[in-house]
Amino acid sequence: MKKTKSKWIKTMTGAAVAASMSLVSSMAMAADTIKVGVLHSLSGTMAISETTLKDTVLMMVEEQNKKGGLLGKKLEAVVVDPASNWPLFAEKAKELLEKEKVDVIFGCWTSVSRKSVLPVIEELNGLLFYPVQYEGEESSKNVFYTGAAPNQQAIPAVDYLMNEVGVKRWVLAGTDYVYPRTTNKILESYLKQKGVAEKDIMINYTPFGHSDWQTIVSDIKKFGSAGKKTAVVSTINGDANVPFYKELANQGVSAEDIPVVAFSVGEEELSGFDTKPLVGHLAAWNYFMSADSDVNEEFIKKWHAFIKDDKRVTNDPMEATYIGFNLWAQAVEKGKSTKVDDVLKNIIGLETPNLTGGTAKMLPNHHLTKPVLIGEIQEDGQFETVWQTESEVPGDAWTDFLPESAKIEADWQDPKIMCGNYNTETKKCSGQNY
Amino acid sequence: MIKQYWGVLLVLLSFVCVAPSWAADEPEAGASLESLLSELTSSSFKKKAKAVETIAAMDDERVLPVLESMLAGDLYYRKSDDKIVLTASAESGYQITDVLTGDDLGVVGKRDVKKVATNNSLRKQLRTQIAGYKLLSKKADIRLAAADDLIKTPSPEFLEVLQGAIAKEKDNTVLKALKVARAVILLQSESEVDRIQAVKDMDGFANKHTMAMLTALVQQNEDGSYVEPSQLVREEAISVLKGLNAMETWYKFVEDLFFGFSLGSVLLLAAVGLAITFGVMGVINMAHGEMIMLGAYTTYVIQLIMPNQIGASLIVAVPAAFLVSGLMGVIIERTVIRHLYGRPLETLLATFGISLILQQLVRSVFSPLNRSVITPDWMSGSWEINGFLSLTYNRLYIIIFALMVLFGLMLLLKKSFFGLQMRAVTQNRSMASSMGIRTGWVDAMTFGLGSGIAGIAGVALSQLTNVGPNLGQSYIIDSFLVVVFGGVGNLWGTFVAAMGLGIANKFVEPMAGAVLAKILILVFIILFIQRRPRGLFALKGRFVEG
Repeated sequence: MKKTKSKWIKTMTGAAVAASMSLVSSMAMAADTIKVGVLHSLSGTMAISETTLKDTVLMMVEEQNKKGGLLGKKLEAVVVDPASNWPLFAEKAKELLEKEKVDVIFGCWTSVSRKSVLPVIEELNGLLFYPVQYEGEESSKNVFYTGAAPNQQAIPAVDYLMNEVGVKRWVLAGTDYVYPRTTNKILESYLKQKGVAEKDIMINYTPFGHSDWQTIVSDIKKFGSAGKKTAVVSTINGDANVPFYKELANQGVSAEDIPVVAFSVGEEELSGFDTKPLVGHLAAWNYFMSADSDVNEEFIKKWHAFIKDDKRVTNDPMEATYIGFNLWAQAVEKGKSTKVDDVLKNIIGLETPNLTGGTAKMLPNHHLTKPVLIGEIQEDGQFETVWQTESEVPGDAWTDFLPESAKIEADWQDPKIMCGNYNTETKKCSGQNY
Repeated sequence: MIKQYWGVLLVLLSFVCVAPSWAADEPEAGASLESLLSELTSSSFKKKAKAVETIAAMDDERVLPVLESMLAGDLYYRKSDDKIVLTASAESGYQITDVLTGDDLGVVGKRDVKKVATNNSLRKQLRTQIAGYKLLSKKADIRLAAADDLIKTPSPEFLEVLQGAIAKEKDNTVLKALKVARAVILLQSESEVDRIQAVKDMDGFANKHTMAMLTALVQQNEDGSYVEPSQLVREEAISVLKGLNAMETWYKFVEDLFFGFSLGSVLLLAAVGLAITFGVMGVINMAHGEMIMLGAYTTYVIQLIMPNQIGASLIVAVPAAFLVSGLMGVIIERTVIRHLYGRPLETLLATFGISLILQQLVRSVFSPLNRSVITPDWMSGSWEINGFLSLTYNRLYIIIFALMVLFGLMLLLKKSFFGLQMRAVTQNRSMASSMGIRTGWVDAMTFGLGSGIAGIAGVALSQLTNVGPNLGQSYIIDSFLVVVFGGVGNLWGTFVAAMGLGIANKFVEPMAGAVLAKILILVFIILFIQRRPRGLFALKGRFVEG
C-alpha cells in the first residue's frame, strides 16, 4: 500500500514537473515563434480551390520547421477561414495583423477578395503573398504577386497559337466578370496590334455556371469554318467548363480543327472531369504537374506524404505558393529580420528555383520571372508540354497593350519612383497607393 | 485485304512515277522504314512531322498500321533501345509487340516504355495521310469519312488517288464527296476549265469548308482586283453560293429549333416535378433543385457500382433515382411540410433550410468537388444529317426522355386510381376526406411523386452538366419560371411554357448573347404575368381560390 502510494506521488511529481516544463517551453515558444497567416477560404464556393493552398502553406511551414525554422525560431501557422465572403477577407486580414500579429500572410484567390484585403494590408503595413494568375493592372507596396500577370500567361498563349499553330481567327470566350473582361480587353488590343482584323475576332460572354452551350458552340463552329485556322481563347470559369467541352465534343469540334486554350483549367479542375472529350485541348500555365525535373518530383512526393493521398494532384497556384514561401524565407534570413519593411527591401532581386527548372526572381514591381508552358490535355488528366518559352518572362504589372496602362510603371526599388502606379509621361505617381 | 494493299501499292507507284519532283524533295528518300521510325522517338514535333511525311510517302504496306496506331496513341518506344513498339494494356504494365514484324516482345513495366507523343497538328497530318490510303477501302462509309477528311485539308498529293477512286466509285453519296474532295484541290489549279468544273462539283454539297472557299473566291483584294481572276469562275461561284446560302439558312433555322426544343425539354424535366408539388399541391418547395441533385448523385453511385456497364447503368439509374428522391420527398413531407400546409411563407423558409442541409450533406459525403459521371458511347457524338445540320445524340435522347416522362405522368394522373384520389384531394380536400380517401397519405405520395420525377430529371442532367452540390440551385429559378408561366396546376401549360421559353431563348441568343437573352426572357415573363397573373393555361372553375 505504502509502496504504491509513494509510487503514485512519484509519478504525480514527475508529471507536474514535466507539465510545468512543457508549459515553460511552450511559453518560450510562443514568445519566440514567427507567425505565418493563412487567409484562404475553407468553406463556401471557393473552398474547392483554396483548401489545397492552405494545405500547401502548412506543408511548407512543417518542412521549414524540420530544417530548424527561421533565425533559430520555429514557424507557427495561423489559419483563418474567410468563407468565400469578400468583406470577411478584409476582417480576417485585420484579425491576423492586429490580434495575431502575424509576420506574413499567404492568401486570397479571386481578384475581388484581393481588392478587399488591399486597404487593410496597406494601412496596417502587412505583407501578403498572392499566388494566383490575375488580370494585372495593380502593384501594391505590401503585396507580392507570385502568380502570372497577363504577359506571363495570356499573351504567350496567343503568340504560340499565332506563330506555331498559325491561327488567324480568334474566339475570346469568357465568363462575365472582371478577370475575363480585362484579359480579353488586353488580348483584343494585342491582336489588333498584330494585324488581326475586327471581323476575325469574336468575343462572347456567358453568365456564371452557364450550362447550355449549344448555340455558342454552333456559332464557334460556323465562325471556325471560314477557311482560316481558328482557335478559342477561353477565360471560362470553373463549373461552366464541363458542359462547354462536352458540347464541343458532341458537336464534333475536335482539338485538331479548333483548339481551345484555357487559362483556368488545371490539374485540380480536370480531376472532376470525364477527360475523354478534352484530349488535345490546351492550357497555358507556368507549371504542370508533369514537368520533368528533380525538384518537381521531390515536391510531388512531399505533397503526397503530407496529404496522405497518392492520387492528389499538384497545380500552378501551389507552385506559386511554394515560390512565394521560399522567397519570403530567404528574405528573412538575408536581413535577419521578419519586420515588413526589412523584408520589402531585402526580397527584391532574390532568386529561388522553379519547380519546372530555371529560377524565379522577385522584380522591383513585386512580380516574378516565370517560364510559360503550353500543354495539351491527356486522357489521364495530365498535361503534355508542347511548347515553352526559352527563358523566364518577367511579369509586367501594367500591360503594354492598353494605351492607358502602357505608360504606367511600378517600381518599389528605385528611390526616385517607389510607387506602384508611376506615370512615365507626367513623371508623377498617381494618388492611389497601388 | 491483300488486294486492297495491292491497289494502294499500284496507285502509289504510279503516283511516284508521275510526281518524281515531289519524291525528290525528301531529304531522307531512300532511307529504310526502320531508320525512319527511330526518328519518331525525337521530342521535337517538327522532326516527327517530317518523319511522318516521309514514312507516309513510302510504298510499304506496313505504313498504314503504323500511322493508324500512332494516331490512336498506341505507339510507344522502349526506353532501353528506342525500339518502336505497339502496346496493349496488360495486368502489370504493357504487352508490347514489334510494330513492323508483329513479334511479341513480352510484357514490360509502365515506366520502361514511353509514348510517341503527338500534338494537334501532327494528329491532323496523320489523319490526312491515313485518309489518302483509305480512299480505296472497300467499305463505303470509310471512303466517305476519308473524303470528308480530305475536304477539310486540301492535299494535292492525293489528286491522282482521288481521280482513281472517282473512276471506280459506284455509290452516289460517296462519289459526290469524292468529287468535292477533288474540287477543293482543283480550285487552286492554273486551268480555268478545271476551276469551273471544281466550282460546279461543289454545287449542292452542304459543307461549311467548301462554302467558305467559294466565299473567299468572290472577295475583292485590297487593290480592288478579285481573288479569282476569271469572270466565268466567279459567276459560277456566285450562283452556286446562292443555292448553298439558301440551304444553310434553312438548316440553321432547323438547328435553332432543335436547340430550342432541347433546352425546352431540359426545362420541362426540371419543372415537371415542381408542377406536381407546387402546381398541384401548392407547396413552394425550395428544395426541389436538391431533389434533382440527389438524382444526379444516384447516377454517379450506380456508375460506381457497375463500372463495366456504363450504358446499362444509366437505365438502372432512372428507377433508382426516382426511389431515392421520392423517398426523401416523402420523409420531408411527413416530418416538415405537413405541419406547414396553408402557411406558404413558412414553407418557403423551411424548404430553403432543407435545401441547404441537403447540399451540405452531399458535401460531407461526396466532398465539395464535382464528380465525373461518364457519358455512355451511345449518347456521345452527333447524327450528321449533312454538313450544315447535325443533331447531338445526348440532346436527342433527352428530348425523347422528357416527352416520355411527361406522358407517363399524364397517364398516371388521368388513368390511375392514385391519380383520381390525387385530383380529388386537390380539388376538394374535405369532400375527398369524407368519401374515405386518406388525404394525409395522398399528400405524402403526391409530394413523393413530384420529388421522384425531379430525381429522374437529375439522371438526365448528369449527362449535360456538372454533378456537384450546387447542381440544383442553377435549375430552381428556371423551374419556378416555367410553372408560373405555364399556369399553376396544369401539365400541358408546363409543357408549352417550357418549350416556348426554350425556343424563344435560343432564337434570341444568337442576336443578343447569352446574358442578355436571359434578361430579356425574364422581363418578358414579368410583363406577361402582369397581364395574365394565372399564366398561359389558367385553371377555371369554382375550385380556383380567390
